[in-house]
Amino acid sequence: MAEKLLEIKNLKQYFNQGKANEVRAVDDISFDIYRGETLGLVGESGCGKSTTGRSIIRLYNATAGEVKFNDVSVHGKKSKSELKIFNRKMQMIFQDPYASLNPRMKVLDIIAEGLDIHGLVKSSKERKDRVHELLETVGLNKEHANRYPHEFSGGQRQRLGIARALAVDPEFIIADEPISALDVSIQAQVVNLLKELQEEKGLTYLFIAHDLSMVKYISDRIGVMYFGKLVELAPAEELYNNPLHPYTQSLLSAIPLPDPNYERTRVRKSYDPASHNYQDGEEIAMREVTPGHFVFCSEREFESLKLTSASRV
Amino acid sequence: MEKILEVKDLQLSFHTFAGEVKAIRGVNFDLLKGETLAIVGESGSGKSVTTKAIMRLLPESSSEFKSGEILFNGKDLTKLTDKQMQKIRGKDISMIFQDPMTSLNPTMPIGKQITEPLLKHQGVGRAEAKKIAIDLLRMVGMPKPELRIKQYPHQFSGGQRQRIVIAIALACNPQILIADEPTTALDVTIQAQILELMKDLQKKIDTSIIFITHDLGVVANVADRVAVMYGGRIVEMGTVDEIFYNPQHPYTWGLLSSMPSLDTADAKLYAIPGTPPDLLDPPKGDAFAIRSEYALAIDIEEAPPVFQVSDTHFASTWLLHPDAPQVEPPAAIIERMKKFPGSRYYEGGAH
Repeated sequence: MAEKLLEIKNLKQYFNQGKANEVRAVDDISFDIYRGETLGLVGESGCGKSTTGRSIIRLYNATAGEVKFNDVSVHGKKSKSELKIFNRKMQMIFQDPYASLNPRMKVLDIIAEGLDIHGLVKSSKERKDRVHELLETVGLNKEHANRYPHEFSGGQRQRLGIARALAVDPEFIIADEPISALDVSIQAQVVNLLKELQEEKGLTYLFIAHDLSMVKYISDRIGVMYFGKLVELAPAEELYNNPLHPYTQSLLSAIPLPDPNYERTRVRKSYDPASHNYQDGEEIAMREVTPGHFVFCSEREFESLKLTSASRV
Repeated sequence: MEKILEVKDLQLSFHTFAGEVKAIRGVNFDLLKGETLAIVGESGSGKSVTTKAIMRLLPESSSEFKSGEILFNGKDLTKLTDKQMQKIRGKDISMIFQDPMTSLNPTMPIGKQITEPLLKHQGVGRAEAKKIAIDLLRMVGMPKPELRIKQYPHQFSGGQRQRIVIAIALACNPQILIADEPTTALDVTIQAQILELMKDLQKKIDTSIIFITHDLGVVANVADRVAVMYGGRIVEMGTVDEIFYNPQHPYTWGLLSSMPSLDTADAKLYAIPGTPPDLLDPPKGDAFAIRSEYALAIDIEEAPPVFQVSDTHFASTWLLHPDAPQVEPPAAIIERMKKFPGSRYYEGGAH
C-alpha cells in the first residue's frame, strides 16, 4: 500500500464540553489518508464530516486524539514558524464560493495573500506572474486578476478558491462540499479540474460531500459518517457494490438516479440504530472485514459479516 | 386527459439598470390533471421565473409580461388584478419553496401558519381550522400534532419544517401545487421521505404538481413529464422515458452526460463547456449553440422551431430538421437510447 500522508487517531471534537448541551460532533474516529489518493467523506448534515475536516486542518483545537501529517503532529502547541510550515502544506477549499472570497479584495490580492504570508515571491512582478499562472491553471485568464469577486459566476469563484489553495504549493487539500453550491453542468467542470490538478501535481484530497454519486466518481476510498462516528470505510467501488453497515445501505438506497426504470423499482431501506441490539460490555470498533474494507461493528456482527463476505467471493 | 393549466407563448422581461433582461422568451406548455411535470435547467434558465409568473409573485415595478397568456380554468392569470389573484393563490394554486428555514415565519407558532389559508379561503371557524391543521400535520407524518402546533419553526428540524410547509400548501386542497426545489436543502434520506410523502398525497387528493429541480435523479423519481429549459425557453419536452432514454436536444444530452451515474467507470466526466447565455442580450439563434459541439451554421443565425418527435415529445433543435446531417450523440446517450423502443439505437425487440 502507498505511503501514509495523514494519520488520524482517535480524533474527538466536542463542543460545550462538560456542559449540559455537550455535542460530540466527532467521536473517536481513526483513519489514514495515503499520498496521492482522494478520500471521500459522506454523511447527513450534522454527522460531523465538516467538523472532521476542520479539526484536521486545525481550525478547531481537537478535544482529544491525534492528527499526524507526514509523521508530525498537527495539534498541540506550535511556534509561529512551525505553524507556517504546516499551513503551507495543507489548504482548504470551502463550500460557499460567495462567502469565502473577500468582496473588497481584488482577485490578484486574494490569490497572492498566501504567497505574501509565506514570502514565496520576491518582487511585485514575480507576484503578478505567479498569480497569472495560477489563474491559467484553473482555466481563467490573467485579465481576471484585476477584478473583484462579485464580477464572477459561482463556478468561476470556485475556481478562484482552488487557485488560492494552490498558490502555496500544498500537498494536501481539504475540499468541503466544493460543488454543492454549483449548477450540474458547472459541477462537472470543477470536478474535472480537481482531478486534472491531482494528476499533474500529485495532490492528496479529502473530499467532503453529501452528493454520493459525485463522491463515488472522484474518490478512491470513501468513509461514511453517522452521528460523529465513522461507520464504514472502503474502496469506492467496494462500498457501493457491497455496503456492509446498515446505515450505508440505507444511505445508498436513498439516492435517486437519473434513470426512470431504476427509480420505478428502487426500494428504500431505512436505518434504525436500535437494530444492532448491542449488549452491555460489547466492544464496538472498526474491524477489517475484507482487505481494506472496515466496518464499525461488534465482535458478533464481525463474525457474521466475515461469513457473508466470504460466501460472496 | 384534462388540461388544468395552459401557458401560451409567455414572454417576460425584467427592467434592470443594465437594461432589459429577457428572462422568458416564449414558453409553451400544458399541465394535465393529476400529473407531475418536472421543469429542469440550470440557474438563470427561467424555470423559477416561469412558476413565479404563474403565481404572480414577481414585483410589478420591475417585471413585465411582454406577451402570451397563462390560462387557468379559462381565466388568464396575467390579466387578473391583485385582489382576484389573492383568491387563487394559496387556494387553487399553492407553492412550496426551496428553503424551509426561511419560508416559515419565525415569530408565529406553526399552527397559526397552517390555519391562515383555511381562515382566509375556506371561511371555517377557528376551532374547526385547528382541527384541520392537526389532521394535516398528521397526514404529512408529524408525530404528536396536537402538541406540536403550538411550537415555533425553530423547534423543528429541516425535514419537519418542509413537512409543515407542505401541510400549509395543501391546506385548501389546491388544484395545482408548485414545488420550487423542495428538497434541494435537505439530506438524501430526508429528501427520499419528502418525495414519497408528496407522491402519496398526490394520489390522495389528485393535485397536479409542477416540480422544479436541477437534480435529474429526483426528476426520474417523481416526474410523469419533463420540460428542459435553457436560456428562457423550453428546449425539449416529453414523457420521463422519452427525455431520459431518447433525448434529442444537445443540451439535454449534455445535462444527462454530466451527471456521473453510479456505474460510470473512471472515464472523464463530460462537462458542458462555457457558461449560460446572458439574457440581457440573448443570442438570436439557438441559445445553446455556442456551448454545443453539435451546433450547425443555422443555429447561430436562426432560432430553431419546435419539432415533433412523437405525440408527447417535442424538441427545439435544428438537428431534427429533415435536411440536417445525422449526428452521433455522446456515448452515454447512445447507451440510454438502446433502452428505448423507437430510437434508432434500440437493441432488443425484433431485430
